[in-house]
Amino acid sequence: MNFGFTEEQELLRAEVRKFLDARCPLEQVRALMESERGYSPELWASLAELGWLGLTIPEAHGGAGLGWVDFVVLLEETGRTLFPSPLVSTTLAAAAILDAGSDEQKARWLPGIADGSRVGTLALLEANDVLAPSGIALLGKPDGDAFLLTGKKHFVADAGAANLFVVAFRSGAGAEDLSLAVLDGGAPGVSVKSGPTMDQTKRMGTLALDGARVPKSALLGEAGRAWPAIAKLFDRGAIATTGEIIGAAEGALALTVQYAKDRIQFGNPIGKYQGVKHPLAEMYVDVESTKSLLYYAAWALDESPGEVPRSASLAKAFASDAFARIGIDGVQLHGAVGYTAEYDIQLYLKRSKWARPAYGDSDFHYERVATLGGL
Amino acid sequence: MDFKFTPEEEAFRDEVRAFLDQNLPESANKSDFAFLVDWNKKVRAKRWVGFSWPKEVGGGGGGIVEQVILKEEMAKRHAPPLGMCFMGLAWVGPAIVQYGTEAQKQRFIPDILDGAYQWCTGYSEPDVGSDLAALQCKGVRDGDHYVVNGQKIWTSIAMWSKWMILLVRTDFATESKHDGITCLLVEMATPGIEVRPIKNMSGTSMFAEVFFNDVRVPVENRLGAEGQGWQVTVSALASERSSIAEVTAMFRKLEELRELAQKSSRNGVPAAKDARVRRTLAVFEAKIEAMRLNGLRYLTKQLKGEPLSSETSVNKLHRAELEVEMGDFALELCGNASQYLRGADEAVDAGRWASGALNWPEVVIGGGTPNIQKNIIAERILHLPKD
Repeated sequence: MNFGFTEEQELLRAEVRKFLDARCPLEQVRALMESERGYSPELWASLAELGWLGLTIPEAHGGAGLGWVDFVVLLEETGRTLFPSPLVSTTLAAAAILDAGSDEQKARWLPGIADGSRVGTLALLEANDVLAPSGIALLGKPDGDAFLLTGKKHFVADAGAANLFVVAFRSGAGAEDLSLAVLDGGAPGVSVKSGPTMDQTKRMGTLALDGARVPKSALLGEAGRAWPAIAKLFDRGAIATTGEIIGAAEGALALTVQYAKDRIQFGNPIGKYQGVKHPLAEMYVDVESTKSLLYYAAWALDESPGEVPRSASLAKAFASDAFARIGIDGVQLHGAVGYTAEYDIQLYLKRSKWARPAYGDSDFHYERVATLGGL
Repeated sequence: MDFKFTPEEEAFRDEVRAFLDQNLPESANKSDFAFLVDWNKKVRAKRWVGFSWPKEVGGGGGGIVEQVILKEEMAKRHAPPLGMCFMGLAWVGPAIVQYGTEAQKQRFIPDILDGAYQWCTGYSEPDVGSDLAALQCKGVRDGDHYVVNGQKIWTSIAMWSKWMILLVRTDFATESKHDGITCLLVEMATPGIEVRPIKNMSGTSMFAEVFFNDVRVPVENRLGAEGQGWQVTVSALASERSSIAEVTAMFRKLEELRELAQKSSRNGVPAAKDARVRRTLAVFEAKIEAMRLNGLRYLTKQLKGEPLSSETSVNKLHRAELEVEMGDFALELCGNASQYLRGADEAVDAGRWASGALNWPEVVIGGGTPNIQKNIIAERILHLPKD
């Protein structure tokens, strides 16, 4: 019985924290928010060198061969400082190839992801924003032994940065007749349109497909049988998002605790008053409990696949609501300065708004928990 | 991370299960006194009463993981308690084991393990609740006795107890209020003690006021040194802190709420199809699962020998919240029928939800209110200035 991290994992955490504190403190995050690209190619290259882009990719394909518990350690730290980069999107794209791709496909794409030359992302959702087979309407038109895709995929994370898209589409009339394929960002008929976002550290856009060709060699798994793989990607996405939530929630709590110690009113630091200290204690309770739920879900991904759906949903549901409260309370406890652009707490509030719907909000996941529990 | 148990630990789990198969059949009447006496003899013979206590005082010498396994398996089967002397086993005994004289150990520990009689706990006073260290009940040394005057309140089962663990102030002049407190072991039959039961809102009496009027307590019944009482009673006990027994019981209660939802209706449609009912039950599940996993993280810390400080307040807060919310939600599911008590034709499940919904203060307020738990987290973990 050991529900804790290994020495290597603690070392990884320390290394990532040191790197981010030195190379991408919040002033640098703010500069990247203002940039058109939204992230730093130099830092991206450093992540590749440090082995973090290929953290979960097997060594045979140029990665570090670690698991999702390790990845969660990395994400807690990138979340803590709101580090802007397509790290999560790229790791999810790699997971799609690892989960459903052939050995040949893995050899073809994974080394490029691990070395930083490929920025990947998932293009699963459509305008209806539904995380279920019924949400996927984009039709693949058979064309010899290929499919032609015409339509749009919405809410694609880091769409502007990506050059490798994992696209879900419908390949037949059956309810779950779905397929998954890798599309090159530079292929004919593939274009991206990004819009301004509330949380500028998290970019998003629409993938437009106009007769984009999916050859058989780009299909991940068999045509028409991709739903289980897509469902697993939703779970991975929920777990990765929760990883970033935890880091950011702890970051917001730390900022607010410090403010409560520094700010003097009525002759005392405001953190002396129970009206301030109790909401901070509640934040701590939420952070601790989310951590437990998340670590277990990540462990299940690595070691106990049957437990993934329930544990991923419990973690993301609890985290979505908790972080939403923490974002609001964090700003409120700062008083008027919390509302200013100058103070950092508002950046965490915006991150909480991004995190809530990503890979399912609490209503979605609690409903799933109810169903899994036999209701 | 690794959630597996060692072969030895699994063997112990099998032993517990086999014991339960043999000694706690489905047909057992767990409220039958003769059955309970027999049960107690059997678990005592296994040394599962005082399982974590050292073997030399008659305990089981059980390790932390074994404690967790034992509690979990017992809770899964809804087994009667391991031992009959609740407070003696929970905190009086451990304090005596740690601070008692040899004579005190020999006099009290076997009786606690056998459940020979009950102990009660004289801590709270009318003006001293959450701020316990400010207690005023006075103990004055007079030869080889302490003379006690004052009052205690919220003393659970005082009327059925033979002994009390009592905190008194023996020094009113100390700089820190914690330093003037002394712990005494007091026989309830001593002249000058008067017990007045207090009726609670569900109509029963579980606790009492206790008055002390020139009560003479022999110095040999002082536990620890004079002025050491605070340390004696709040000192961290070495038993496991995973809250596994509470978690297991709460999962069972959640299952019962699901069953209640399956047979209830709201606004003419099955409650189990109602979106808010489904969400509410799932939120309970998330909080209980969080408690379970928090507990396993604390257990891991304990096993690694890292100090556990105030993190366990997290689970206390969850539990308090869940006790209130789950009890109340059951009433919501019952609708107007929630008002009927046992004996009424339309009472749901013989009125158990109605009485259950009024018992939460025992858990929520006893042992530190939620607001106190929040102070503990804010001050000891987040290091915010003290109130």
